Amino acid sequence: MKELVNTLSDPKYSFTGVIIGFYLFMKYYRTIGTVKFFISSMIIILGVFIWMMQDPNFHAIIVWPDNVPIVILLFAVIFFTWFSIYKAAINDARIEGGETPVEGSVENREKVWTWPNLVYTELMAGTLCVVILVIWSIFLKAPLEEPANPTWAPNPAKAPWYFLGLQEMLVYFDPWMAGVVLPGLIIVGLIAIPYIDTNPKGNGYYTMAERKVAMGGFLFGWLALWVYLIIIGTFLRGPNWTFYGPFEVWDFHKVVAEANVNLSEFFWIKGLGISMPSNIFLREIVGLIVTTGYYVGLTLLCNRSQLGSSLMKSLGKIRYYLLILLLLTMGLLPVKMYLRWLFNLKYLVAMPEFEFNL
Amino acid sequence: MHKHGLHRRAFFGWLTVGWVAFSAALGGFLSLVFRYTYPNVNFDPEMDFIAGNPDDYDEGVDERWKNGYGVWIIKQEGKLVALSNICTHLGCIPNWLPAELKFKCPCHGSGYYMNGVNFEGPAPRPLERYKISLNSEGRVVVDKTKIFRYEKGQWDHPDSFIEV
Repeated sequence: MKELVNTLSDPKYSFTGVIIGFYLFMKYYRTIGTVKFFISSMIIILGVFIWMMQDPNFHAIIVWPDNVPIVILLFAVIFFTWFSIYKAAINDARIEGGETPVEGSVENREKVWTWPNLVYTELMAGTLCVVILVIWSIFLKAPLEEPANPTWAPNPAKAPWYFLGLQEMLVYFDPWMAGVVLPGLIIVGLIAIPYIDTNPKGNGYYTMAERKVAMGGFLFGWLALWVYLIIIGTFLRGPNWTFYGPFEVWDFHKVVAEANVNLSEFFWIKGLGISMPSNIFLREIVGLIVTTGYYVGLTLLCNRSQLGSSLMKSLGKIRYYLLILLLLTMGLLPVKMYLRWLFNLKYLVAMPEFEFNL
Repeated sequence: MHKHGLHRRAFFGWLTVGWVAFSAALGGFLSLVFRYTYPNVNFDPEMDFIAGNPDDYDEGVDERWKNGYGVWIIKQEGKLVALSNICTHLGCIPNWLPAELKFKCPCHGSGYYMNGVNFEGPAPRPLERYKISLNSEGRVVVDKTKIFRYEKGQWDHPDSFIEV
């Protein structure tokens, strides 16, 4: 049983599971957004968690002072995601029945003063935060280590928890891409959301049915490409950044064969059996064509689809193409992850001469 | 005419004094801030050092200079080279794993062969080599200010290795 869990938590299986789970989540959100579903699934999750905690290796990872708050945060993510779905499911049913959303009902339309209603709530929330921080600092010791040494690094060397998704991303991309371009695009994309998404539906109330693309796109990026990668980076990456299942001992000498090969080497050396051309662009021609094809081809495909053309109409050309560009760039991450897991592909385009690797 | 004590000329005089004093104080403050950005004590390893005699080294990876200077001395195929211990991915410090005969970076799992060429993980290029030479007394000198990069074809450069 534990062996099976260890195997299945390997990213290539667990990420596939996350994608399938996300699809089911979007499709059956009305079932998921019920109190009954939440309580029963929480009982199952907690039961599994308690069972997993019986294992000394998993226990050691979870009770490590750095990781305790992350576990609490993950439960908070589950709760708040469910809560928004719960609210949205109620509203969607009301809207279908011709009613206003709960937030727009007569009894909720009454306005109240910021002072004292909001300010008191904020005061209470602030006080609670301070109490939690004090308790946290008393019970979980800061893991102080020896003085920094420029010629030595701890093993595994981990970033702060909120960057572990990025650190995991760095395994699949060139540092310039995963460290600068993609995080930059994440920030720019998040800032651009209100300018791209001009759909007035959902302003001031929870809904899923009225803005499925926006909800789906955001939640996939947030849950599957950010939270999931943080989970992997925090709990399942051990010495040498090797993958370890939840019940596996962090054996320093675990050997994983992961000799990675560039697409150009696949094509010229393994495919055609000749040496690589010396011209850089000729050498990387396949990768360049594939990358261009990914962007142009999928954009054209999207234009022809029903959803694409209706989006094009409602958003206008500039917003539409910006959205497609951002979504396709986001899609590069799972695509690249699968290519690495299945074919040990290193880079689609490898031009270390220009510090450009994709 | 001027009942209020301060003449126009005197006003400009005081204004000048005020500005000069302000600029001087600001300049002094900024120079202190600038000085503060430099460390009082420099813990960085020396950029060049004498690394014993060529026959001190056995075949394989020698780690004796790693913690002090950040350099591995590698004797392989009749050549002695000084390999940087900075991962070419994001600058972490890899470990030498003698059982697996490879360098492995703890941060993102980049792996390098004994000669420094990357083969696994995200590292985009091989580890860098430093200038290594013999001084007049026949001792090995490593100079970290001069680096040799494999992908630029610099590992054939006569300064990048010693024949032993």
